Amino acid sequence: MTVPYRKPCGLHCVKVSHLGVELDGQKILEDINLHIHCGKLNVIIGKNGAGKSTLVRAILGEIPHTGSIEFKDIKDGKLRRMKIGYVPQKINIDRETPVSVYDMIASYSSRTPVFLHRSRREYERIKKHLAVFEAEELIDRQVGKLSGGELQRVLLTMAVMDFPNLLIMDEPVSGIDKNGMELFYDKIEYLKEHYDMAVILISHDLEYVRRYADEVILLDSRILTRGTPQEVYASREFKNIFGNIAYEEKEGML
Amino acid sequence: MELVYQVMESLLPFSWISFDFMKNALLAVLLITPLFGMLGTMIVSNHMAFFSDALGHSALTGIAAGVLLGVGGSSLPMLAFAVLFALALNKLRERQTQNTDTIISVCSSLSVALGLAILSRGGNFSEYSSLLVGDILSISPGEIGSLLLVFLGTLLFWLLAFNRLNAVSINRSLAASKGIRVRLMDNLFAVLIACVVMLSIRWVGLLLINALLILPVASARNMAANMREYHFFAVLFSVFSGVMGLLVSFYINIATGPMIVIISAVIFFATFLYRQAAG
Repeated sequence: MTVPYRKPCGLHCVKVSHLGVELDGQKILEDINLHIHCGKLNVIIGKNGAGKSTLVRAILGEIPHTGSIEFKDIKDGKLRRMKIGYVPQKINIDRETPVSVYDMIASYSSRTPVFLHRSRREYERIKKHLAVFEAEELIDRQVGKLSGGELQRVLLTMAVMDFPNLLIMDEPVSGIDKNGMELFYDKIEYLKEHYDMAVILISHDLEYVRRYADEVILLDSRILTRGTPQEVYASREFKNIFGNIAYEEKEGML
Repeated sequence: MELVYQVMESLLPFSWISFDFMKNALLAVLLITPLFGMLGTMIVSNHMAFFSDALGHSALTGIAAGVLLGVGGSSLPMLAFAVLFALALNKLRERQTQNTDTIISVCSSLSVALGLAILSRGGNFSEYSSLLVGDILSISPGEIGSLLLVFLGTLLFWLLAFNRLNAVSINRSLAASKGIRVRLMDNLFAVLIACVVMLSIRWVGLLLINALLILPVASARNMAANMREYHFFAVLFSVFSGVMGLLVSFYINIATGPMIVIISAVIFFATFLYRQAAG
């Protein structure tokens, strides 16, 4: 691999304190406190409408919120400017839209107008980063025609190519086969080990969460419970949300 | 202007070029159509076809407002109204409390009705009917000058802001995470569409303007695989149908706007068949 990387130092953290979001007089999120260390996979789970996406949008600064989000260096306690990488759940590119992988990535990463000119340097740089996720051969493909797994790897490349301190991933609900999912989680493991950043994943797949998460956060407007997958899956709150049956099934798989 | 006319006459050895109104019309077409091809790509990507259509219809209210204010001949009230209309629609789209299409449709219908009601007072709407189909042959050198300004302005904006517009179009949250000012880009784009549509609507016509924004782009989508090809084909098809439409309409003596749209549509079906054949 030719992309320079920094090992996680374990000394940076993202601290969310008393975060709350209100939309049209309705409390969507209240009193969210999170402490997210780099090098750990933090997974947020919860049923539909629990506020998972709202939390992401608040952290991204897209919607107004109360409370604070800080990026801290634990060693000297200093606040730093936080860079966020984001992997969205879906993108607005139709099957027919003539946007190549290069066009999409360069729209975010370069000022050279993509409709006019393909910058040689930017092209090579993007290709190098794509290679980390075994996706360099996709660079000239049309984004709308990628498979779910291929798109996932391209979006992941885009999110981490300028070395964010915090990576937020909104996992797609469908469209990725078992192989693609395995590859995706393997890549997250790789990111944990080789990039110095905190990772938040919003996931719908409890089985993968159980296998890969370091810390699970169960959300329903508030944080109901948190801890290792084992702790959370055994909790009363988890059973209230997902039911006993789902839990026992997961247990049987182990 | 004389110099431009002379150059055109020496470059184009055809009889129709001897008419000044044809020279003016050709210049106008050469300025308007590339813009429409460019803007259309982003309008289609953003699913804003209905939005731009509604903007075109808001011209009626704008003109009516001008008549009420006693400045009927000027495009300024029309432009001001369209810009406000575009920003208001954007605000409503953001709230997303209702289906966007429904909201746009309500606003568009209201503005058409208001415009028609005011302009038809005293039963003399017929003097505004050219607004519906447009009349490119009546464009004056001064008006070509303002088109040139819009052309240069749009080109500059496209060079500076296209990547960011595209980023916002692909995913708003992702764009926000990269520090792009999502709302500002939305509003700038809406205002730009409003300006371009309003300054061309007299020549192209209210009923046809959206066809010119969408058809060449729809054809380009059948041919292109990346952004550069997308823009190339959209501008090519747009300019080609503009120029051909002007000439054909001159020789068979029909309105120019409809002829341009007919040629665009023929190109669309040709590219559609090409795509089917190419798989």
